[in-house]
This record gives sequence, structure tokens and C-alpha cells, in this order.
Amino acid sequence: MSVITAPAAAPTELPVSRLESLLRARELGIALAILLVFGLTTLNNHAFARVASIQQLLIGAALIALLGVGETLVIVTRNVDLSVGSIVGLSAYIVGDLFKYHHNMPVVLGFVVAIAVGAAIGAINGFVTTVARVPSLVVTLAMLYIVRGVDGLIVNGKTIDPGSIPKAFTAVGYRTLFGIPWLAIIVAVVVAAAGYAMRSFRSSRDLYGIGSNPDAAVLAGIPAGRRVFTAFLISGSLAGLAGALFLALHAQIDVSGGTGYELAVIAAVVVGGVAIFGGSGTVLGAALGAVLLNTINQALVASRISAFWNGAIAGGLLLAAIAFDRWLSLRVARSLQSAEGAHRDL
Amino acid sequence: MTSDLPTMTPVKHSHRVVENGNGAPWRALLRWESALVVVLIGALVFGSSESPNFLNPTNFFYIGMNMGEVAIMALPLTLVIMTGEIDLSVASMLGLSGTVMGYLFSNGWSIWLAMAAALVVGVLGGALNGVLVAKVGLPSIAVTIGTLALFRGIAEILLAPRTITGFPSSLTTIGVVPIPGTQIAYSAAIFLGLAVVAGIVLHATPLGRALVAIGLQPEAAQFSGIRVNRIKIWLFVLSGVVCAFAGILLTLKNASVSYDAGTGLELNVVAIVLFGGVSIFGGRGTVIGVVLAVAIVGALQQALTQMNVQPEVQNIVIGVLLLISVVIPNGGEAIRRIRDRARRHA
Repeated sequence: MSVITAPAAAPTELPVSRLESLLRARELGIALAILLVFGLTTLNNHAFARVASIQQLLIGAALIALLGVGETLVIVTRNVDLSVGSIVGLSAYIVGDLFKYHHNMPVVLGFVVAIAVGAAIGAINGFVTTVARVPSLVVTLAMLYIVRGVDGLIVNGKTIDPGSIPKAFTAVGYRTLFGIPWLAIIVAVVVAAAGYAMRSFRSSRDLYGIGSNPDAAVLAGIPAGRRVFTAFLISGSLAGLAGALFLALHAQIDVSGGTGYELAVIAAVVVGGVAIFGGSGTVLGAALGAVLLNTINQALVASRISAFWNGAIAGGLLLAAIAFDRWLSLRVARSLQSAEGAHRDL
Repeated sequence: MTSDLPTMTPVKHSHRVVENGNGAPWRALLRWESALVVVLIGALVFGSSESPNFLNPTNFFYIGMNMGEVAIMALPLTLVIMTGEIDLSVASMLGLSGTVMGYLFSNGWSIWLAMAAALVVGVLGGALNGVLVAKVGLPSIAVTIGTLALFRGIAEILLAPRTITGFPSSLTTIGVVPIPGTQIAYSAAIFLGLAVVAGIVLHATPLGRALVAIGLQPEAAQFSGIRVNRIKIWLFVLSGVVCAFAGILLTLKNASVSYDAGTGLELNVVAIVLFGGVSIFGGRGTVIGVVLAVAIVGALQQALTQMNVQPEVQNIVIGVLLLISVVIPNGGEAIRRIRDRARRHA
């Protein structure tokens, strides 16, 4: 955002407010879309508005929304993290395996281990990307395979079943507080913290600068390498946390856990208004994108439309979202241009 | 193939010559393709050390049969990535094509008409990608994640949860027997034929030069009279129709099709193309590199399968190779950079 608004230093104040309102409208627009889908589905099937059903909507979106936070940090810097799905699978299995052999291990330690596993892989992603200056798409694609392969070595065809996992741990997956699932609360806290940081911290604003123009960011004295490394580290850590939550939610894990999450996360992030080539977007938008996609999925089920339509609708929605983004950015560019023209006339 | 690259990247090469001094005769040996030949020999030696029958012609038939569809899809993707774009919808198009073919066949269409219709679907899907990327100006990575979901979704609507079988055995046998008198799989022969065509087009025609130019500097290519957008649209159409063709081959090989055929293969195809030395940023890469990458991955998978290594664990090998393929060419530069920085601080 900061970088798009940079030209707003021009004396005319008009484009600033219009731009900001447009960008705000993006999250508002997704929220409205969620409400619209929710409302229409409820008209059709009243059970959709039951507490249990709404809880299911939140739980279903929680993991993708959490991964979307880390992915947003990375994509904003004009990078991408394709390894998140494999990290979810590996960290979930390692924690499950630990519980299997140390049943009395403190629950908190399970989360710590999962986050540490994710952080280690995120650090490798960040290190190779920034030090060897290798495109992150290739690095994280390679890590997608390597991490899944290591997972396969550890899993070795076994499955961790619910009996091996302490009740106190799986409780995180189904307990609620005032009717709100713990899972949703954890993710909301992460989204809020990351959202605040992305808005207020100088180091987080640097991420937007790097994504808008990497070369200019370096010339402006931004420690781009360190910032990008941190973005990957956080993305990996959050993917590790998502792995622990995956285990708590499903109470079992085999070698396939988290497979294919990477593209679902990117889809949610892009629907949420994060530009795929960096420089703009918010974690709140990404999280709302995840909620919207999940709400549509479950609305189809509730409307007794065959679940077979899910994929096609999600794909169409994603295409519509990026086309809308393009239209929006063209409009903003045009309004900025005309504002500059007006300034010259003065 | 060696001769045409230096003209396009004069800066880089002159730099290298200055540094090596006497580099000219050695440069051919330092090419990525030469490294791939070494790796391929290593893979074959490794395979035959693990199993005395590894170099048996029948084994090569199996490698060709297993790799055929992925290898065929890698060729148009090579051309797409050469121009700096990407197509992640390849595996979904493969699944959609097989689904359309199976759906129509099960509704009484003749098998030939059903296959023709599948190819038409490939043209249409590719055109959709191409128009959204080249005409509307959307980023191809986002567009093709969208069509990845869309194509797979349409396949799901058409066919899920059914599996279509009963294709004429005269056709399905070509998927599982070698060309008479040889040990070459039909799909492998088709791949090699297409690879020759792609290699000639990319390395020996004005169109191929245009692809390289687009990948290196799209705006300069545009100003030098290359019809960038038109070429990109046709490349995506080509990718669509070739993937549809691969879908037909896969359906015949399996003698059955369900909507989820080939799910997740897109990243395998991308990994092979990048491992083959094609730059993710476009403008650099050779068809022979991709052919060698196909051979290496096929040989290693066959060797590891014969050693009873699980498919998930085999991922480690692909991932490590992919990582090495990008880190090594950049490694020297990275070390030099770190040394420079250390010297400056000292």
C-alpha cells in the first residue's frame, strides 16, 4: 500500500482518499461477499446459520487462513513459499510421533516443536533464497519435495491414530470459548498481531517496499536480504504451527497430511487482494479470502448443490478476483495520472 | 544450441570470459547440459550397481512408459517458461481432457470423436489462459492457479464420482506395449519426436529467437517488431492442446479415467523443466536440457522403485537435484559477493 500511495505526496489530496477507500473496500468487499454467500445460503437452508455450522465455517478456514498470513508476508516481498503444505505434514507427523512415544509430554511442547520444525525449514528457504539469490519459487518447490520426502522417511508407511494423542492436545481442535472455536481464536490472534505489525512496524513496511521495487528498496538502504529471510522464517514457523493445529483438528496423521495446501493458500491470498507480484495486500484480506473460499465450499454442500461444483467455482472466483484487481489497479493508475495532469495545469 | 545463446546475453558472457581468461574452450564443458549428462551417467551407474538388470532394454521401456505424459507436458511448458510466463494448469488440463474423452465415450460417442473433442477442449482451455495472460494482462502464475482449479472442477462436475472404462483394447494396448520390434514406449517415442520439433523451433528458427527475446526483455521484443501477445496466446494454446493429448495417452495407458487423473503433476512438470536448466525468469534454457532432465528423473525413479524406496521418499532426490540445479550456477557469484562484503568490512 505504502508504495502505491507514494505518488500521493503530490499536492492534490483527492487520489489519496479515493485510493485508500478503494483499498479498504477490498477487505470490506470480501467481507460483504462472505455475508452475501452466507445470507443466500441461509435463506435456502436455515440450518446453515446454526452455531455448529458457523463454527464449522471458521474451523474449516482456520488452517488456510493461518498459512495465508505467512504467505502474505512472503508474497508481498515478490517471493512465494510453495513449501507450506509439506511443512504442515512434516511438523504434524513429528509432533504426533513424539506424543506416541512420550504420551505425558506437555501439550505446549507439542506446539513448540511444531513451530521449531517449521522455523528451521523456513530458515533454509530464506537462507538459500537470499544468500544464493535463487528464485524463491524454485527453492520452495524443491523444499516442497525434500520436506515431503523426509516426511516419508520418518512416517515409513505408518499412521498416528487418535489413541496416541493426548486429549488435552486434540481439545485444541474442538473446544470452544463462548461458542468460538479455539482454533479460530488462535488464528484470529495471529492475524491481528500480524495485521498490526504489517501496518505499524517500520520493518514490516519495508516488506512492501521490497516487493514494489526490489532494486530501489536496496538503494534506499532497506536490508532486503534480512527482511526477506525473516518473511520466510515467519511463513515457515506459522506453517509449523498450522501443522500442530492440523494434528489437533484431525487427531491422526499419515504421510499425506497437508498435501496440496500450497496452491489453496495462494488462491486464498490472491482472492484476498494480495498482489502476486508483491508490494500490496494485507493479512486480513488473505484471511478473509480463506474464509470466503471455505464459506462457498460449505454453502454448496448446504444448498445441496453437489460438492463436485466446489473446484470449478473456486477457480472461477479466483480468476474473477485477479481480473478485478487488474481493473482496480488500472483505474487507480488512471486517476493518479489525471491528478498529475491537473497538477501540471495549475 | 551452444552457439545461439551468447549473442543474447553478451554482458554476462564477456564478464565470464574476462574472469576465466582462457575460458573459451572450457565453456562448453561448464554448461548446465554437460552437468546433466554427467548426472545421467551417474544415475545409470547407480541404477545398475543396485540392480544388475537395470540397463536391460525392458527397463528403458518402463522408464519411457512411466515418464511419457509428464515428459510430453514439459515440452510446451519449456517454451512457455522461456517467455517468462508459467502454466500451472497443465495437469488439470490433462485430467480434463481424459475426463471429456471418457465422458463422451461413455455417452456413446465414437472413440475417435471423443478424442478429437478432448483436443478441442485443450485448445479452448489454452486459449482461455492465453487471452487472460496476454490480452487482459493478468499474471500467468495467478491465472493458471485459477484455471488449475477451474479445469479440475469442470472435470469433477462432468465425471465424479464415476470411473470410465471399456475403451477399445486395440487403443489401450499401445499404452502398455512397446513399439513392435523395439523396447520404446509409444509415449516416449512421441515425446522424442515432439522434443526434436521443439528443439528445432526454439533453437533454429526466428520464432525460437523471438521466444528468447520475449523472455529476456519483453518490451524490447515488442519494440523490435515481435508480436509478443500473439505469440504468448498461441503458446498457451499449444500447452493446452499438448496437455490434452497427454491426457488422452494417460487415459489409454490406464484403460480408465476418473476426474482426478494426474492430480498434482503440475509441480513435477515444472520441477523437470527447471531442473533441465530453463530459467524461471525466461530467456535461458534448452530443449536438450529438459530431455536430459526427463531421462535423469525417469532413471532415478526406476532405480529407487526397484530398491523399494517409497514414492514419497523419492521426492527427496527430485528436490535436491532441483535445489542443486539453481544453487550451483549462482553459488560462485554468492561466494564472491560474501567475500567482497567481508573485505569491505575489514
